[in-house]
Amino acid sequence: MTKQVRQLDRVVIRFAGDSGDGMQLTGDRFTSETAQLGNDISTLPNFPAEIRAPAGTLPGVSSFQVHFADFDILTPGDAPNVLVAMNPAALKANLRDLPGGADIIVNTDEFTTRNLTKVGYTANPLEDGSLDGYAVHPVGLTSMTVRALADLDVSKKDAERAKNMFALGLLSWMYSRPYESTITFLERKFAARPELVAANIAAFKAGWNFGETTEDFAVRYEVKPAKMSPGNYRNVTGNTALALGVVAARVRSGRPVVLGAYPITPASDILHELSKHKRFDVTTVQAEDEIAAIGVALGASYGGALGVTSTSGPGVALKGETISLAVALELPLIIIDVQRAGPSTGMPTKTEQADLNMALFGRHGEAPVAVIAPKSPSDCFYAVLDAARIALTYRTPVILLSDGYIANGSEPWLLPEIADLPDLSVEFATEPNGPAGEFLPYLRDPKTLARPWAIPGTPGLEHRIGGLEKADKTGDISYDPANHDLMVRTRAARIEAIEVPDIEVEDPDGDARVLVLGWGSTYGPIGAACRALRQRGCAIAQAHLRHLSPMPRNLGEVLKRYDKVVIPEMNLGQLAHVIRARHLIDVIGYNQVRGLPFTAAELETMLEEVVKNV
Amino acid sequence: MSESVSIKLTTKDFKSDQEVRWCPGCGDYAILAAVQSFMPELGIPRERIVFISGIGCSSRFPYYMNTYGMHSIHGRAPAIATGLSVSRPDLSVWVVTGDGDALSIGGNHLIHALRRNVNLKILLFNNKIYGLTKGQYSPTSEVGKITKSTPVGSTDSPFNPISLALGAEASFVARTIDSDRKHLQSVLRAASQHQGSAFIEIYQNCNIFNDGAFDVLKEPATRDDFLIRLEHGKPITFGADGEWCVVHPPGGFGLSVERTAETDQAHVLVHDATVADPAYAFALSRLPDLDLRHTPIGLFRSVDRPAYDNLVREQVTAAQSKLTRGLDEEFAALLGSGDTWTIL
Repeated sequence: MTKQVRQLDRVVIRFAGDSGDGMQLTGDRFTSETAQLGNDISTLPNFPAEIRAPAGTLPGVSSFQVHFADFDILTPGDAPNVLVAMNPAALKANLRDLPGGADIIVNTDEFTTRNLTKVGYTANPLEDGSLDGYAVHPVGLTSMTVRALADLDVSKKDAERAKNMFALGLLSWMYSRPYESTITFLERKFAARPELVAANIAAFKAGWNFGETTEDFAVRYEVKPAKMSPGNYRNVTGNTALALGVVAARVRSGRPVVLGAYPITPASDILHELSKHKRFDVTTVQAEDEIAAIGVALGASYGGALGVTSTSGPGVALKGETISLAVALELPLIIIDVQRAGPSTGMPTKTEQADLNMALFGRHGEAPVAVIAPKSPSDCFYAVLDAARIALTYRTPVILLSDGYIANGSEPWLLPEIADLPDLSVEFATEPNGPAGEFLPYLRDPKTLARPWAIPGTPGLEHRIGGLEKADKTGDISYDPANHDLMVRTRAARIEAIEVPDIEVEDPDGDARVLVLGWGSTYGPIGAACRALRQRGCAIAQAHLRHLSPMPRNLGEVLKRYDKVVIPEMNLGQLAHVIRARHLIDVIGYNQVRGLPFTAAELETMLEEVVKNV
Repeated sequence: MSESVSIKLTTKDFKSDQEVRWCPGCGDYAILAAVQSFMPELGIPRERIVFISGIGCSSRFPYYMNTYGMHSIHGRAPAIATGLSVSRPDLSVWVVTGDGDALSIGGNHLIHALRRNVNLKILLFNNKIYGLTKGQYSPTSEVGKITKSTPVGSTDSPFNPISLALGAEASFVARTIDSDRKHLQSVLRAASQHQGSAFIEIYQNCNIFNDGAFDVLKEPATRDDFLIRLEHGKPITFGADGEWCVVHPPGGFGLSVERTAETDQAHVLVHDATVADPAYAFALSRLPDLDLRHTPIGLFRSVDRPAYDNLVREQVTAAQSKLTRGLDEEFAALLGSGDTWTIL
């Protein structure tokens, strides 16, 4: 049977199932196949904090959304065109996000009375007409998988578990994905158990063949490759990009890296990834607690390494006193905060941008640090390099604010040439610097205001540093009032002295009267909303802050050019507060704290209102 | 741990230019002097010695040593020192802490440094009181202690620092006294030769807030009957004429003190600091009564156990030794590993 092939420019697919159904893996594989094809991609995993919530329940639903297109895209997509629902819970939890007419592929084997009751369905939605507005494809995913594997030497349980590969095969057929990389992946993943390699490949092919033969799927789709800059690409999540950025900082600075970390969601993957890269002289210490983790990093920096600690908001709260010590000691240190919904334990697997206040102000005394926020998964790589540049050049702690959205989300990344990455080499103090041949550990570089980095082991520069206030230049303990005032102001000036690039404004026609200002992971949805508005002839300017401390020097001038400034944030207005205070501009805040990224559509609606009313 | 090199240093070389600011009569002076005059024995150049402290009176110590030093934050010195030691195996790293710093706010870091067996020499100055904050009870103060924060007596049970360290399976555990320079230095000497964490509790007199806390161990009238000097390989006897001895009564878990004259010589315990099972040293640590009678000093335990930082470095070195190309090339290969694709 020859099937009709229809061209699409973009598709959003959401794989949803029980947290044990392997939806993250399925989504990852589909993404990888899609990347091979050259589509632009953006992904959004969404999973519960519980490792295995009770099977078949709403809290146990895990999903993975992938958006792919033949053009450059900025977000994982607002609404799925296709939902793969492995059970009634997955259908119920995701149905509200589907636009009318969307395709729903359901695993009918799981739609038993018991499973339906578990999630509060009194009637089977596949039969009661409630899904009439959608294109429902009932498929016995489990039973067909088990039948397809009947001749193979695998247990019934293992056969059932391969149903995600059946679903992947079906979707791969529907969207004409190349599957060689998935076959290779399965061979690698199950290398120790050849029977599982055979079972998973058989399930995948059964799904593919089912698509090709069944009449229920009459149309096959194609999404052509996107026009992307030439070069080598890989798909990368924010957390992986952060870890690779840390390795890059080691390679480009020549300094060994010591990562001190304590396991915490959603930052643990950075520790996992870096623990694999010892050959680069990257040492990882899984410390006894968050405080020890940053202590280890700071101790390593004192010894001349680049100390890094990775955590999430609760960890940063615990690290505050040590960050303050690092401010006083004036040593390089990178603190990676993968933000999650708070307060307290909050929603560990859900995203939020509510640690900005803590990063900027969350320490005792006047304790300014540099703060930087990546805007997308691949940008995490460059943000770490920038954090390393600032930490090493200015001898200061730098807080990097990622979040759960870009940490787990992924996008294609044009791999950089190593030689094009910034040179981060540093010089240690080797000679006394004082007028009388003495060593002055707090004598500053006039331009950067950085003090010398004199590491233990350097003869003649033996000196003591500590958290007590230090006298200017000598670093001796000082309680002198004028000296304290000078040191407080100097530490602030040192942060303000950090060179950061001017903020750029995207305003293609140059006639916008409204500026939307964002920071961090909201870049994608804001950008997508602005594009959509411009396509409809609505002028809007977009600017995005990477550096939150210090802020770009031209920011005030840029803000004053616009009649209205809108700041969307996944918090209750933390950047807006700072901008109002610093620039005396009555910005308009748009704030959502739902644990989910903004949708482009909601921002588009909101921004359109603002533009109309200028 | 550093190898020794042939250099000639004196006590004076280890005195910094900073004015020492402990209260006159504080036991810390004696410890500082003992450490400064011991340091030349190490044979390690000053620049490769680092003192890291937390917060408290004792933690001012690094300012007075003409080595590298860091006066850090309350309780965190072992963590910071771990980061330094793990990345700089060429350094000799010393931690100076107190009973509040190490056992209260920093208790977690202390036990984890000890269980990991990081190459650190940890000097815990125990004066059984909070001095810098002017006289509150500490985690080693006795029950019933009247202090500013316990006007009708402390209700906290104290830690026994030696028992705690042994519970964490510290590989080197010793106790000494501020006023006994010879003994203190003998313990420092043993510690300096140890691989891994060396934990030394130093009884230190706070003459302002807890004066005389250890007098029974120092006064000629009492010390012979109160103090047990542990010597490796020797029977544990004490008293002016060795009239007391330590035995392991059959059937019991603990140790007890008996009259030597009434004890079969074969039953007198011969001290062996190298016993692998920490239970023996733990039993020794439980000998003292509440009034400090039967307080052992000296080396409780000294066993060989791999040091954490050495193991970590070995993993890194092993991974590095397998490299067949430069770091740039290796990193380019890492970036390009996994599923990649090319756009022409």
